[in-house]
Amino acid sequence: MSAIAPTKPTTYLQVLDAEGNVVNPSLMPNLTDEQLRSLMHKMVFTRIWDQRAIKLTRQGRLGFYAPVGGQEASMIGSEAATEKEDFLFPSYRDVPQSVWHGWPLYQAFLYSRGHQHGGQFPQDVHVIMPQIIIGAQIVQTAGTALAFKLRKEKRVAFTYIGDGGTSQGDFYEGINFAGAYQAPAVFVVQNNQFAISVPVALQTAAETLANKAVAAGIPGVQVDGMDVLAVYGAMKQAVDRARAGEGPSLIETMTFRYGPHTMSGDDPTRYRSKELEEEWQKKDPLVRFRNFLQSKNLWSKEDEDLVIEEAKAAVNDALAKADAYQKMTIPGLIDSMFKTLPADLIAQRTEFDS
Amino acid sequence: MAQLTMIQAISNAMDLELGRDEKVLLFGEDVGQSGGVFRATDGLQKKYGVERVFDTPLAESGIAGLATGLSIQGFRPIAEIQFFGFVFEAMDEIAGQAARMRYRSGGRYSCPIVYRAPFGGGVKTPELHADSLEGVLAQMPGIKVVVPSNPYDAKGLLISAIRDDDPVFFLEHMKLYRSFRQEVPEEAYTVPLGQAKVVREGKDVTIISYGAMVHTAEKAAEEWAKTRGISAEVIDLRTIRPIDIETIVASVKKTHRAVVLQEAQRTAGIAAEVVAQINEQAIFYLEAPVLRIAPPDTIYPFAMIEDEWLPTPKRVMSALEKVMSL
Repeated sequence: MSAIAPTKPTTYLQVLDAEGNVVNPSLMPNLTDEQLRSLMHKMVFTRIWDQRAIKLTRQGRLGFYAPVGGQEASMIGSEAATEKEDFLFPSYRDVPQSVWHGWPLYQAFLYSRGHQHGGQFPQDVHVIMPQIIIGAQIVQTAGTALAFKLRKEKRVAFTYIGDGGTSQGDFYEGINFAGAYQAPAVFVVQNNQFAISVPVALQTAAETLANKAVAAGIPGVQVDGMDVLAVYGAMKQAVDRARAGEGPSLIETMTFRYGPHTMSGDDPTRYRSKELEEEWQKKDPLVRFRNFLQSKNLWSKEDEDLVIEEAKAAVNDALAKADAYQKMTIPGLIDSMFKTLPADLIAQRTEFDS
Repeated sequence: MAQLTMIQAISNAMDLELGRDEKVLLFGEDVGQSGGVFRATDGLQKKYGVERVFDTPLAESGIAGLATGLSIQGFRPIAEIQFFGFVFEAMDEIAGQAARMRYRSGGRYSCPIVYRAPFGGGVKTPELHADSLEGVLAQMPGIKVVVPSNPYDAKGLLISAIRDDDPVFFLEHMKLYRSFRQEVPEEAYTVPLGQAKVVREGKDVTIISYGAMVHTAEKAAEEWAKTRGISAEVIDLRTIRPIDIETIVASVKKTHRAVVLQEAQRTAGIAAEVVAQINEQAIFYLEAPVLRIAPPDTIYPFAMIEDEWLPTPKRVMSALEKVMSL
C-alpha cells in the first residue's frame, strides 16, 4: 500500500433534492416562514432583474454585465446568512449579493456603465466595489477580518470567488493568512464549472475545491449550490463560527451559470455541450425551492407575480435614477485622485476647465 | 496577399511560427478550446494539439512562471496574459525573474518568451482591462516592449518577437484588433524590433506616437494640413523599449519641432523618455520645447468618460498650435 494517499473526501451538504423534497432534515436551517418566503422573493427578483439586465446590456443601456442566472441560490442563500454589519468583498459577478447587502440598484447600474458614483457606497453599506482582479478580494478579506478581530468587533468579512479563481496564488495566500490569524472570514467558492471556457477538470487536480482549505488548515465543505437552504445553512454556521472567534471557513457551492461569462462577447457553445446545460437546468434553484415552499403552502402564483412586477418596476426606477444622475467630468475625476490635489494635477486640470 | 485585420495578422503570425519551430508553445487562459477571448488563437489548438497550444489554470503569475521554466529548457513560449491590466499579478515572474535570467546566469540561461496581452482605451472595457501600463514594463531592464499600430507591422513584429532570444512583451491594442484591414503577405516576414517608422512625411513639426494613438496623430496631421497648410511628420515608434532615437533625431533635425503623443497617463511614461532622449541628442535643432500629449495622471476612468479622457485629434492640434507659435 502506498504511503501517499489522497486527501479524504469532502463533506457534501444538501437539504433539498432537485424536485424540492427534503432529503436531509437534520441539515434544515432554522428559518421562520417569513424568512423562507424572503429567500424566494430575493431569488425571483434577482432572476427577473438578471433577465432585464441582459436585455438592457444588449440595447447598450448598461455597460459591463456578468449574468447570474442559475447562481441565485448560491448568491442569495449565502448573503442572507450574514448581518448588515458584515463586510462583503464581491467579485464582478456578485452584484446580487452586493445589492441585497445594501448597494442601491441604481448605483449598481452606474457601476456597470463605468460611472464613479457606482462605487460610492452609502456609509451604512459595508461593501466595496466588485473586484476585477481574480483573487485580490481574498487577501483583502483576510485583512478586513483581521481588522475586526483587532478591534474586537463581532463582525465577519465574507467574499466570493469562482472555481477558476482558486488557482490564483492570492486565493491560497488569503485563506492561509485568515487561518494563521484565526480571523473572522468566510470564503465562498462558487463553482459554476467553468472559468470562462476552461472546465474545472483542467483547472486543478484537486478532487474538490473545498479540499483546498485543508492546506490552509481551515474547514472546507462542499454544498449543493442549487439548494438555497443548504447554502444558507452552511453559510450561517460559517458566519456564526467566525463571529464566535473560531476562525475562517471555506464553502464551495456547486452551481452553474446559465448565460455567457459576461455580455462582452463570450459564446458558451464554444466550450459547453447542450446536454450539460440541460442537465443543470433540471437542478434549477428556483424550481426546487418553489416546490418546497408550495408543499408548505408558503408560496403561490400570486406571490410570484407580485415579485415579478416589483422587480420590473425596481429595475425601471433604478435605470431612470441612473440616467438622471449627473455625468462624470474630467475635472471631477482629477479632484477625486487625492485628498489634497498635488500641484502637477492642479496644472493638468486647467486643460479640462472650460 | 490578403486583406487582414490586426487580430488575423497576429493569429497568422503565431500559426506560421508554431508550424516552423516545434519549440514554440502557446498557452494562457481560454486560448485553447475557446480560441481566446478575442479569438486570436482560434483553431490553433486543433491544428497543433494540446501539447503545444493549451489552456492554463486561471493564474497570471503561474502562466508567466510556467513560461520562465519552459524557456530555460529551450522552449519558446508565447504566454498570453488575458488583459494587460492583469499583468501586476505576473509582475515578479516577468520583471523580477525572466528579464533578469540572462544576467543572473551569465548567459547560461535565457528566456526567449513572448508575453502577449490586449490593452488600450476606447472600447469601454471593465476596470483594469484597458490600462496602458507599458511604461511600467519599459522601465524594467532586460525586456523589450512592442506595440504595433497596424496589421502588417503586427505580424512582422510578432514573428521577430517569437524568434528573439530574450523576453519580449507584445501589446495588442483592442481598438485596432478589427478596426481596419491591410494587405498582409501570406508568408512569414519580419519587422525588426527597435525600429520606428515614419508613417507620414512632413517638414514643419514631428508627432511621435505608438499604438492606437498613431492613428490619432495621423488624423490631426491630416486636419492640420487641410486647415492650416502646415505639414506634420508622424513617427510610429512600433517598439517602445528600446526606442529608435535615430529615426526621431533625423526627423527633428528636419522639422525643428516635436510633440509626443501617448495614451498612457502623463508622468514617467514613454513620452517622457522620448523627450529626454531628444533633449540629449538634438536640443540644438529645436525651435520649441518638445511637448507631451497625454491623459491626466488619474486612474483610467473605465467606460463612462474614457473618450473625453483619451487624447483626441483636437488636443493634438492645440499642442501643435503651442509648439508652432514659438
